[in-house]
Amino acid sequence: MSVPRARAARPEAPRETARRLLTTPFHQRAAALCETNLWSDWKAYTVVDCYTTVEDEYFAIRNATAVFDLSPMTKYRIAGKDGLAYLDKLMTRKMSGLTPGRVRYVAWCDDQGHVMDDGTLFHLEERCWRLCSQERHLDWLLATAQGFEVAIDDESDAVAGLAVQGPTSCRTLQALGLAGVETLRPFQSREFSFAGTKLLASRTGFTGDLGYELWIDPAGAEALWDALFAAGAPYGIRPCGGQALEMARIEAGFIQAGADFAPAVELLRPERGRSPFELGLGWLVDFDKLVFNGRRALLEERERGSRYRFVRLDIDGNKPGHDAFIYNDKKDLVGHVTSATWAPTAKMNIALASLAMPWGRPKDKLWAEIYYNRELEWRRTMAPCRVVAEAFFDPPRRHQTPPAGC
Amino acid sequence: MNKQYDAIIIGAGHNGLVCAAYLARAGYSTLVLEANQQVGGMAGMRELAPGYAAPACAHLLFLPCARIMAELSLERHGLRPAAANLDTIALAADGNHLILGRSALRGGELPAADRAAYARFQNQLRRFAKLLQKTFATRPPRLTSGGWADLAALAKLGLGARLLGRDDLRELLRIGALNIHDLLRETFVDERLQGVLGFDAVLGNNLGPRSPGTVLTYLHRLTGQAREGGNGVWTPAGGMGALARALRASAVAAGAEILTGQPARRVLLERDRAVGVETASGRQINSPVVVSNADPKTTFLKLVGARHLETGFVRRVNNIRMRGKAAKLHLALDGVPVFKGLSDEQLGQRLVIAPSLNYVERAFDSAKYGEYSPEPVMEIAIPSMREASLAPKGKHVLSAIAQCAPYDLRGGWEAGRAVFQRRLIDKLVEYAPGIREQVTAAELLAPPDLERAFNLHGGHWHHGEYSLDQFMMLRPAPGAAQYATPVAGLYLCGAGAHPGGGVMGLAGRNAATEIMKRERRR
Repeated sequence: MSVPRARAARPEAPRETARRLLTTPFHQRAAALCETNLWSDWKAYTVVDCYTTVEDEYFAIRNATAVFDLSPMTKYRIAGKDGLAYLDKLMTRKMSGLTPGRVRYVAWCDDQGHVMDDGTLFHLEERCWRLCSQERHLDWLLATAQGFEVAIDDESDAVAGLAVQGPTSCRTLQALGLAGVETLRPFQSREFSFAGTKLLASRTGFTGDLGYELWIDPAGAEALWDALFAAGAPYGIRPCGGQALEMARIEAGFIQAGADFAPAVELLRPERGRSPFELGLGWLVDFDKLVFNGRRALLEERERGSRYRFVRLDIDGNKPGHDAFIYNDKKDLVGHVTSATWAPTAKMNIALASLAMPWGRPKDKLWAEIYYNRELEWRRTMAPCRVVAEAFFDPPRRHQTPPAGC
Repeated sequence: MNKQYDAIIIGAGHNGLVCAAYLARAGYSTLVLEANQQVGGMAGMRELAPGYAAPACAHLLFLPCARIMAELSLERHGLRPAAANLDTIALAADGNHLILGRSALRGGELPAADRAAYARFQNQLRRFAKLLQKTFATRPPRLTSGGWADLAALAKLGLGARLLGRDDLRELLRIGALNIHDLLRETFVDERLQGVLGFDAVLGNNLGPRSPGTVLTYLHRLTGQAREGGNGVWTPAGGMGALARALRASAVAAGAEILTGQPARRVLLERDRAVGVETASGRQINSPVVVSNADPKTTFLKLVGARHLETGFVRRVNNIRMRGKAAKLHLALDGVPVFKGLSDEQLGQRLVIAPSLNYVERAFDSAKYGEYSPEPVMEIAIPSMREASLAPKGKHVLSAIAQCAPYDLRGGWEAGRAVFQRRLIDKLVEYAPGIREQVTAAELLAPPDLERAFNLHGGHWHHGEYSLDQFMMLRPAPGAAQYATPVAGLYLCGAGAHPGGGVMGLAGRNAATEIMKRERRR
């Protein structure tokens, strides 16, 4: 047998086909503004981590208008005559009362009552909904559809999305020409006309601030971006990447699949899942419903008691408690931090944490064991921390309609 | 009239009747709703032609119900054996048949080594079957509950295995997950002997002798013969219908009501529990306990409805494997059939056409690919040889289970039924040359026919394959394997539940025990 010889050089394949990650409809615009060239993989799309500096972008969220490309968000269209009953079975929350033009925060569980994901459910029109979530769930959504007249379509790639967040976001959208956008109440959505196409605007977001999300056909994406940045120029508009958004969402106390809980569908060891009660989402569980996934397990949990408590922590000092273990009285290991950041607006060293029951009661003395590095020397500190009942940051403008000055 | 019952049982198959009898004896006011006009389900009879009655599905009794017979006084209600410890006769086309008795072989010019091996093999496998049988009469343990009763049940099973002794335990562990083909090939030389034993392992299941888990299915079949002094393979006096009649009489004597011709349309739910049954005629009958003798897919997907059950559980129910692979042939004969080399007395025994393991495997191969087997394997009984009342004087009824007739036959059964029926009769002619001329009426019940006749999803007459993943605490699926189901007040009592099918009745008895433990009577 002869040794294979080196083949003649093949013409190089076009770059696009050799790429593992997809680009979003806003990619060209985002790339042009991305000074750092720092990117991440979000559900097989490349998205900006940070355009300029994380502080600059964070303060755009809190003081001006920040624009975040959320096109890779998972989106399912749910339509059909049994849609409402279907959603009632899928979600832990009661779905009746959700009218077209309204959005609802939802979570859903597997049979063990472990949270698979949380997300927002848009009632687009009669018998038609859109579910937005972090993870992919088509298999579960289809499996749940057995016995219902309902169609589920993955439209993740068919809808481009931008989050427009911050105190001047409403004025920016008014300047964009979305007449009457100031009358949108939190968790309300409305269809507008933009450059001859339909544009859905919803007063939703992941920052805990005044903010909106815009949803459009990918063909109109770049035109929307251009018009938005032109309209927002007087209002301090900036693009914002994932790093700044992460700070804002922790400050708002929002949980994230894959960080604060492991989506149930990915678990190899089922006991590592978390129920809604164990994530502070007990208010999303409605036992009045005849049936929903996880109902039996959650009823049992209500009887037996939860295994974990989800808390917001205010940690002393200024060293962020990333991945910190939490102790009671400096001796009993009682839990761990799931997300942590320095919160510039709340001016607190904050964390979200999962504690074993019964820890986290007012009388408990919690300590965070924080490791940090000084010129490659590892240090350890025990920082006292307190459970905070309210959100770290919850400005009145988030709830006002119309927002002040609009 | 809207009487309230303590329990309603959907389906008057033998398990439904057993469950009803136990519940009624314990003082539960019990109603049984049966879709068909007669009780017994697949253990019942059907009229083949005027004057000819054929066993609708099961035509021999293999499995243990001595305990149920005693507890429900079935003898007093008319059940007694017409014939017990029937021989199995492995038919040979040349008339040189092999006769398998309880522990000895006759006929067939066998190698001496096989005769010795047969006794050893039967005795050892019966010991294993006995261990399996011990688990049959109780609720299978839950693996994850941590409850002491479940742990004790598991410990008992482990101890039982340990008490087999070193050599037996080692052998059980060796062969437990083996296929029957490999085990038989290493134990015996004679192909006929291997064929007929291999056939026993796959009868009623969607398996070939080389399929994994077929030693387990063989042990399951042997459980009925595990105890000395049992009836072995037997038939009741008066035909198979006598069993259902006795069960019915026992249940009625204990106070149960039985309504026939009343198909259940759905299980009524209120909030998250079963509160009664709605019949096809729209009548709603209330009861805090509903017991389904229907198979698990029919119970959960049709009577309850997927939308009322949690997604993960529905998925497990969808995944229950229950595609029928056995058809039933009934022939009315205008005289005693003449099989080469068989006496009239032997015609009353259990006759099997499965001349070698490869023959059985090839038949399975066809079915695997959606075809009926051109060389079918069959289990034949001529019940009128033992019970003259089943046919007019001097005439006979032949009942045969034709294995390897796939539910989803390529081309459909409408076209295939007559062809396969002809093929089966041709096959019989090879052993009983004059039989075709004796046939005055014939019918073939393919799996879809069984599905229609008995509201049996997939036409699988064990209500689900026997295999490790659908066995004991996994039968029919986790979440419903201890008779109780995710719907409070709804129970399973059919062959889809532990310990499974075959005319045994233990699923019905175990379900009744579980219900008495969990539900109060008024």
